[in-house]
Amino acid sequence: MLAFVGIVYAIQACNSSGNESVEDQMPDTVSYNFHVRPILSDKCFACHGPDANKREAGLRLDIAEAAYKALKENPSAHALVPFKPGASEVFLRISSTDSALIMPPKSSHLKLTTHEIAVIEKWIKQGAKYERHWAFTPPKMPKIPTVKTEDWAKNELDYFVLQKLEQQGVKPNPEADKERILKRLSLDLTGLPPGIELMDKYLADGSSNAYEKVVESLLKSPAYGEKMALHWMDVSRYADSHGYQDDNYRSQWPWRDWVIHAFNQNMSYDQFITWQLAGDLMPNGTKEQLLATGFNRNHKITEEGGVIDEEYRVEYVTDRTNAFGKALLGVTLECAHCHDHKYDPFSQKEYYEVFAFFNNVKEVGLESSVGGPETYAKKPLMEISNEDLKKVLSFVNKQDTNKLIVSVMGERDTLRKTYILNRGVYDNHGTEVAAGTPESILPFGKQYAKNRLGLSKWLFDKQNPLTSRVFVNQVWQQVFGRGLVKTSGDFGMQGELPSHPELLDWLAVDFMNHGWNIKRLVKQIVSSATYRQSAVLSAEKLKTDPENILLSRSSRHRIPAESVRDVVLASSGLLVKTIGGPSVKPYQPEGLWEAATSGRGILAKYTQDHGGSLYRRGMYTFIKRTVPPPSMSIFDASNRDQCEVQRLNTNTPLQALVMMNDPTVLEASRVLAARLLQEKTAVPAKLIKAFRMIVCRNPNEKEIKLLSAYYADQLKVFEKKTQAEKVLAVGEYPIPGEINKRNLAAMMQVMTTIYNLEETITKT
Amino acid sequence: MEKDFLEHGLNSNRRRFLSRLSLGLGSVALGSLLIPDLFTGGMDESSLPPGIPDFAPKAKRVIYLFQNGAPSQLESFDYKPKLREMMGQELPASIRSGQRLTGMTANQASFPLVGSYFDFKQYGDSRAWISDLFPYTAKVVDDICIIKSMHTEAINHDPALTFFQTGAQQGNRPSMGAWLSYGLGSENKNLPAFTVLLSRGKGNGQGVYSKLWTNGFLDSTHQGVQFSSGEDPVLYLKDPAGLNRFERRKMLDQLAELNNISYQEFGDPEISAKVQQYEMAYRMQTAVPETTDLSKEPDDIIKLYGPDCLVPGTFAANCLLARKLSEDGVRFVQLYHQGWDQHGNLPSEMAGQAKDVDQASAALITDLKQRGLLDETLVIWGGEFGRTNYSQGAMTKDNYGRDHHPRCFSIWMAGGGVKPGIVYGESDEFGYNVISNPVHVHDFQATVLHQLGLNHEKLTFKHLGRRYRLTDVAGKVVNDILI
Repeated sequence: MLAFVGIVYAIQACNSSGNESVEDQMPDTVSYNFHVRPILSDKCFACHGPDANKREAGLRLDIAEAAYKALKENPSAHALVPFKPGASEVFLRISSTDSALIMPPKSSHLKLTTHEIAVIEKWIKQGAKYERHWAFTPPKMPKIPTVKTEDWAKNELDYFVLQKLEQQGVKPNPEADKERILKRLSLDLTGLPPGIELMDKYLADGSSNAYEKVVESLLKSPAYGEKMALHWMDVSRYADSHGYQDDNYRSQWPWRDWVIHAFNQNMSYDQFITWQLAGDLMPNGTKEQLLATGFNRNHKITEEGGVIDEEYRVEYVTDRTNAFGKALLGVTLECAHCHDHKYDPFSQKEYYEVFAFFNNVKEVGLESSVGGPETYAKKPLMEISNEDLKKVLSFVNKQDTNKLIVSVMGERDTLRKTYILNRGVYDNHGTEVAAGTPESILPFGKQYAKNRLGLSKWLFDKQNPLTSRVFVNQVWQQVFGRGLVKTSGDFGMQGELPSHPELLDWLAVDFMNHGWNIKRLVKQIVSSATYRQSAVLSAEKLKTDPENILLSRSSRHRIPAESVRDVVLASSGLLVKTIGGPSVKPYQPEGLWEAATSGRGILAKYTQDHGGSLYRRGMYTFIKRTVPPPSMSIFDASNRDQCEVQRLNTNTPLQALVMMNDPTVLEASRVLAARLLQEKTAVPAKLIKAFRMIVCRNPNEKEIKLLSAYYADQLKVFEKKTQAEKVLAVGEYPIPGEINKRNLAAMMQVMTTIYNLEETITKT
Repeated sequence: MEKDFLEHGLNSNRRRFLSRLSLGLGSVALGSLLIPDLFTGGMDESSLPPGIPDFAPKAKRVIYLFQNGAPSQLESFDYKPKLREMMGQELPASIRSGQRLTGMTANQASFPLVGSYFDFKQYGDSRAWISDLFPYTAKVVDDICIIKSMHTEAINHDPALTFFQTGAQQGNRPSMGAWLSYGLGSENKNLPAFTVLLSRGKGNGQGVYSKLWTNGFLDSTHQGVQFSSGEDPVLYLKDPAGLNRFERRKMLDQLAELNNISYQEFGDPEISAKVQQYEMAYRMQTAVPETTDLSKEPDDIIKLYGPDCLVPGTFAANCLLARKLSEDGVRFVQLYHQGWDQHGNLPSEMAGQAKDVDQASAALITDLKQRGLLDETLVIWGGEFGRTNYSQGAMTKDNYGRDHHPRCFSIWMAGGGVKPGIVYGESDEFGYNVISNPVHVHDFQATVLHQLGLNHEKLTFKHLGRRYRLTDVAGKVVNDILI
């Protein structure tokens, strides 16, 4: 754990109360991994790093032996002389005042700060010791740390978090109240609000294991699979159209149904991934395994007449290679597409060795232009028969009798040769390469077959330093809003260092040791005391740790785009809980598809659905890649152009406009208002119920007073029935005939207001 | 000039603040829509991030009239009498010299040269050649700079468009407008910094894609916001029927009070930021319809842009709207006019397309000039590549088509510190290869940024370990065309 010595200092910096920022604190012991490498990587490696073609003066600073050697251009001098900054060219050049000598040179537009220069000086003074990059060293099970307040911890995770807090003299927040924690838990495990029934049950349950019981029951809900699948849709760049020019329809949704199914079955992570990477290569493979390989065919596929076939075929292989690197290894492999990686030890040759695994698909660049149902999947493809639906693929929610085809993987009979593509250009062949993996991560041993099945075995080799860390980090990120490694797509040299390196390793090793059991991992996280803290943000904590790196509280986060929709539909009672099936087209502002289309294909015009299809969960909203659903994009949903492992989380006026004016929200307000008015209860009781359904807690006195007064005011506003009718004319869900429309309009306004509360769409 | 410098400094200061925010409080995305007054605080030169200019900008705003589908240079601005002389003869291999072809003509047995169906004349002091299809543009020729030596790398629409707008053919990089919004912020607290307007002609069309105005990895406040001159100029802007402004105000006051209760409990600054975003949305609801209302434009303006400018969704209406948005401080107004993909029926289709855009494009120049805005507004007109000098498919006396041609094409720029009344760059007599002063797409992008006071090598954003920029790893400012 030597590599992690330095993290203490980094965290300390966050806790400092003076004017010093993180960057300005000088550690007692300078660590290569935590203090020096980030500087060298960011400011020096582009010219003195792994990329052999761009290396200046033959000097390489990312490897100790190379940096200690006599300089090529001046053999009497050395870049680094341990313990002697004054004799080290690195220090002399970065601290030079001579504009001809200074490093980095002016032309790079990069500059070292005084502090950075001092860090490097001190590091040399202390011996200029290099360390292996933490993420490329296999995780070892660390010891559970000892803590002072032992009774705080609920499971192993908490010891790691608490140890850090105690070192910093920061107290964790107390446990959140039952209503808050239930909403948080329900959103994290199912993506849906808990609902009145569950809230009542949980509030009434005074038993000591009440929390564990509710965790168990939520994990069993079929909505769990949907929630977990949502992130995987971003990772796999799933969409309902082919992308590119004409962007016509594709029928890839059975693959999405499989993902939900796999999560609900609690398929182990190694199996989940192996099937997706190599389901077609499994001995005695099943149709379910074949369907899983749709993962690698979710990328965009062109239908633009006139493209050069090979250019696009290579593009698809590139997409798969990059997605493999980002999603499963958490590294920016794609940077080695045109040249050796500038920061990480991946050569361009190694890029094309990984590329070779995905280069043998029986596919072409342009199979067909915009056309009929036969173009909705591209070869290799599978057909899903009625027989399949009855048996092996019973989870596929097919609703009609039409032929159903899905793009999947399939190998050519003869091996397609793979070459390094010079500068990444599709027809600029360099040396021929064979399938392989980057040496620095884990050499591709002889025991593995040189195909995607062998690649999966390599991925799940317990010596692979990345696979488990990367996945547990992604799950952590989904729950806490920030990964233990903040840059969840980059564990390399330029990525952020883990905030809790030992915790990350503990989770990663524990996950492997327990059969890559995903539900167990999720349960572990939500059962921790760390997770159960309240989200109250004291002025002190806001000042010292605004990002909540130390995890001394629960972070408040706006929920993802799809959940915004789910909360609105579920709380109003409109939600149709059907799982899977073809994606649906709910309300959308008019003319969006029409304005952007080439006019070809069945997606030239947006044909809105009716009935139950208007009220499906957000993850089933049809994604046409070139015109993604606006209410989703506005809330930072991925456009599914390429693999994404992390969404932005913004707060913009356009989001306010959606919440105020989207017919989905307005209709839900009207429907919920009608339901409440039909109940034989007093007005305050109605408002309390509404607040509980939408915000998932009882309102306090002040809140109920404000809402009651607002309702009374709105009753006056809607004294004119015609005025009321105008407001009510939104959405297709019928209005009960016998209802008083003036009351309904007034109540609807109150509902809309509650939907627009910040807390409604925030995990608190 | 001093004022320009000062204003620029303030915007730079804003960006510094924002980059701090995005580092520190990732989700507080106040972005370009923040109240400018917040940023009048002290500036500290030494702590400015890279990308801050060391020169004053020439232009403050951009209006980009993108001609989507790629209009032919040979029927617009690149006059090639030789092609008429050699009508029907084979394209010499020495001229083609290995240029790759699209899948549409790669298997064509012959490549018969075809001259323009339309005549060309010389105009203005610059004596620039312009085809008869663009009579209005011809009248403003001394205000524009025609570049006849553009070249690009892509040969198909999707990658070529993406390349023009984001600097890369593939991938989810920020669009030019997003970079400007990120670099300079907004001039108007009630309008987004980057807006997009779509229209379509009757010619063979290619779609547009929201990735062309994406924020990529930048904060989503820098995303292009689609505007229209119709009923609902911005998505979800309009309050529902039956709800007046007074009631909306009341609701927002309720909201603020309720949100404040939870702020008291949680102390999370995100809650107050949310309240601010609702206030901003409210202001947009008033400001946007005022800007997009074209009905109050005087007759002479309507006449200038042509009667189409009163029909929502036309190119002419969008040009007029672009002027209004720009005038109100929108940093980057991006228009797309579709229908320029003349693989066949070029003479008739292109005539229609030109008619749709010619008058309004020229009107925009005239209008900006008469308002004294042309000097500070950079106007750009052009497509994603050019078209071949040989015919695609069958060729008759009055009908032919042209395939995609990335190696040489024409665009024009005006205002914003670009030399007026010049023609820059030359193609060979076949209109196939650039023979002098080539301008690559990255050069063009570097030049646009430069005019706005941004160094394209310094305006970077670090994402997944790499500092990205609009011009990727290339690009040189085309100083020859600058005042």
